[in-house]
Amino acid sequence: MVIDCKHVWDYISGYLDDSLAPETKESVQRHLEHCEICSAILDSTRNILILTADDRIFELPVGFSERLHARLAQEIDGSSREPDED
Amino acid sequence: MMVENPQVVDEAQIIAAIVRGETHLFHDLIRPHERSVYVMVLSLLKNEAEAEDAAQEAFLKAFRNLSKFRAESKFSTWLISIALNEARSKLRQKKAMKTESLDAGPEEDGHVSPAILRDWREVPSEALERKEVRQMIQLAVADLPGIYREIFLLRDVEELSVNESAEALGISLASVKVRLHRARIMLQKTLAPQLKQVNPKRRWFPWL
Repeated sequence: MVIDCKHVWDYISGYLDDSLAPETKESVQRHLEHCEICSAILDSTRNILILTADDRIFELPVGFSERLHARLAQEIDGSSREPDED
Repeated sequence: MMVENPQVVDEAQIIAAIVRGETHLFHDLIRPHERSVYVMVLSLLKNEAEAEDAAQEAFLKAFRNLSKFRAESKFSTWLISIALNEARSKLRQKKAMKTESLDAGPEEDGHVSPAILRDWREVPSEALERKEVRQMIQLAVADLPGIYREIFLLRDVEELSVNESAEALGISLASVKVRLHRARIMLQKTLAPQLKQVNPKRRWFPWL
């Protein structure tokens, strides 16, 4: 099966997840071997996914955990224990 | 992704212990999930203070309803669906204000095309040390239409499986795949040209 660029673009996500049917994957691979445009699109998409998944992109606000656990503690054992006070 | 992992087994034991009365263990149970709950509610509410509040509410609801948790779903999936519900009801509450519809954006049968490039020069993770690069990426994700942003965050940032994402969002596996594909292509379309402009001549390690 020979596929053109526009079809390859439809398979980029599936190709990155390795969830394509074997024959589709092979067609995509064969296309990528000789198509610099589709290779660049695939590489850039993969690169962007790696960057967005980096912990530095989505961070918890400073003190989030402390405030959350303090509120949970009130709920969990607020009635059975005196709150810690300085 | 692995189907069985020791964390899940431990989690089931911790949950059983909490339900039996060792309630303090709830703190440990949720620690690994704090970020994903916050990221998901923030993606809907787009306001840090409101997101933090919604995240706290979601964890409290999870605690109060823990005995209703059924082991056939993963705790993380269950927790995220509670968080998404919490964020959605907060969104409904402030409906008087202008809010984005979750269904905004191209239809699922429409077509999205990537940015056309002839070559791609790898952008290393070190580039994220630069605030402008981080903001570029954060903005691109924030600008995705809601249904694409949430699936992208679940799968590619929080690394839920296709099945778990479908369960957390209450959508079909086919919808997960279609939306994820579109989200990734939309991000490529926005970000690839911008990232290519990121000062290509500059060294990533200016001190070398």
